[in-house]
Amino acid sequence: MAAEIVEGLLKALQLIFSGDPTVVEVTARSVLISGSATTLSVLWGLPIAAAISLRKFPGRFVVKGIFNSLLGVPTVALGLLLYLVFSKSGALGFMRLLYTPSVMIIGQAALITPIVVSFIANAIESVDPEIKDLAKTLGASEIEASVAVMKESLNGIALAIAASFNRAIAELGVALMIGGNIAGVTSVLTTVIALETNREPTPELPIAWTIILLIIVFAVNITINFIRRRKT
Amino acid sequence: MRKTLIPWATLLVAVAVVSVAATSYYLGSTTKGRLIVSTTTSLYDTGLLDTIEIDFETRYPIDLNFISVGTGIAIQHAQRGDADVILVHSPTDELKFLTDGTGVNRKIIAYNFFTLVGPETDPAQIRNTPTLEALARIVEAGRNGTVKWVSRGDNSGTHSKEKSLWTAAGFDPKNLTKESWYINVGSGMAETLKKADYFSAYTLADTGTYLKYSKEGAITLRSLIEQEMDLLNVYSAIAVNQTLHPSVNFQGAMTFVKYLTSDEGQQVIEQFGKEEFGQTLFYSAVRLLKGNTNPTIAQWIREYAYFDDTECPTQYRKGYAELYG
Repeated sequence: MAAEIVEGLLKALQLIFSGDPTVVEVTARSVLISGSATTLSVLWGLPIAAAISLRKFPGRFVVKGIFNSLLGVPTVALGLLLYLVFSKSGALGFMRLLYTPSVMIIGQAALITPIVVSFIANAIESVDPEIKDLAKTLGASEIEASVAVMKESLNGIALAIAASFNRAIAELGVALMIGGNIAGVTSVLTTVIALETNREPTPELPIAWTIILLIIVFAVNITINFIRRRKT
Repeated sequence: MRKTLIPWATLLVAVAVVSVAATSYYLGSTTKGRLIVSTTTSLYDTGLLDTIEIDFETRYPIDLNFISVGTGIAIQHAQRGDADVILVHSPTDELKFLTDGTGVNRKIIAYNFFTLVGPETDPAQIRNTPTLEALARIVEAGRNGTVKWVSRGDNSGTHSKEKSLWTAAGFDPKNLTKESWYINVGSGMAETLKKADYFSAYTLADTGTYLKYSKEGAITLRSLIEQEMDLLNVYSAIAVNQTLHPSVNFQGAMTFVKYLTSDEGQQVIEQFGKEEFGQTLFYSAVRLLKGNTNPTIAQWIREYAYFDDTECPTQYRKGYAELYG
């Protein structure tokens, strides 16, 4: 088995450095889809997180509780739900989005929204509440004081975004069930790994894909850590 | 401060919109010009469909998108309108698919044989026995605890075939799944073969997939039964009825079906794997049925996979009369 992994590693390096078009294409598609899903979820997740951590409105603990419990939603459950919604016989079937990269972006964005909201809300809440009061006593408006708090929690926000991206690029259920792993259209790293493991007689290729996926995930984490170090 | 918030918010919106729009545009996000083919795993696992795709796409401006799921799920996808055409191998399921109004213009495209595979040592002693007798021996040996059986268990065409064989051999497949020597793996053909190999078990496989994995050394199981009518495996293409699902790419589907049954398409199917495996994996069915080149097998196909003496009874045809000339 060790020999297989070493062989897979060599094959992976060979694949990466040979600039194999399929490798480049699938890797690029994974990053683009999961990256877009992450920006999309931050777009709506950040305001929600700011609202539930900085504003005091009735029911905010319920909202927070809902996002917290959605953190662990199984990807296959979400995949099945989205398949039924986007299937041509489903509620949004008229959009004809099933088996397209667009629907994978939507699906992954939905999957990671709870992570974005909960992690960012926690990051903001962990900032010393006195900062907000201090800003206010210095004459800041409510919004200005909130921005000051969020600036203090940038570290936590960066971590939340990295965690969300990693969850998106590493998930299989949504990508497979609504993407369909169509070669050249919707195949991404995780679906290719799952397929090739079943289909390829030898394991080098799946190992190579896995190593590429791991490199991406580690690279994102190291970059985020580096940014956080420099900030503090 | 409020002023500093607005540019940041605008930037975030802009980044999100641009990245989603650019990605969607760059990766291609409409289903137009695409032909979604839901297919049995055996055609996909062997690599036949990759070869067909290359040849087909040089001839026609249609982008073939294969979804490899097994016959049962392929039919379900089509019934929901999520596929344009299906490639399947389970005549009884196909007939239901035609009679419920979803499928039209069925064409038989290829055939080969299923085979019973098992460990080299063949503890159940089924080598060269008739299929049904072999199954009875496997049950007996299984109950004695000497052998195991691995079942696809995924409602695929091969799984349907397995169940019908058990029934023909006098066993109720539903009861067999409860017995400890009967392992239900719920996987595609290639994965099932690997699992059977791992357990040194017997299983039913299509010859194409078996040959591919056996020649490449991924499995050590042996094919233990010779070709016979009980093990015939017939592949068909069926288009999805546009009247039922107006958004399907019916024209594209029929272009694909016509290509598969054309001389060029049949040549690609028959030649596939010959060099690599020294043996044909999928035999051309069109020439055989038309020219009656092998009357015995042609007769088997007619008995096994024809409905009312035809590939596709007239009430389930829609245009394209030339296909049935």
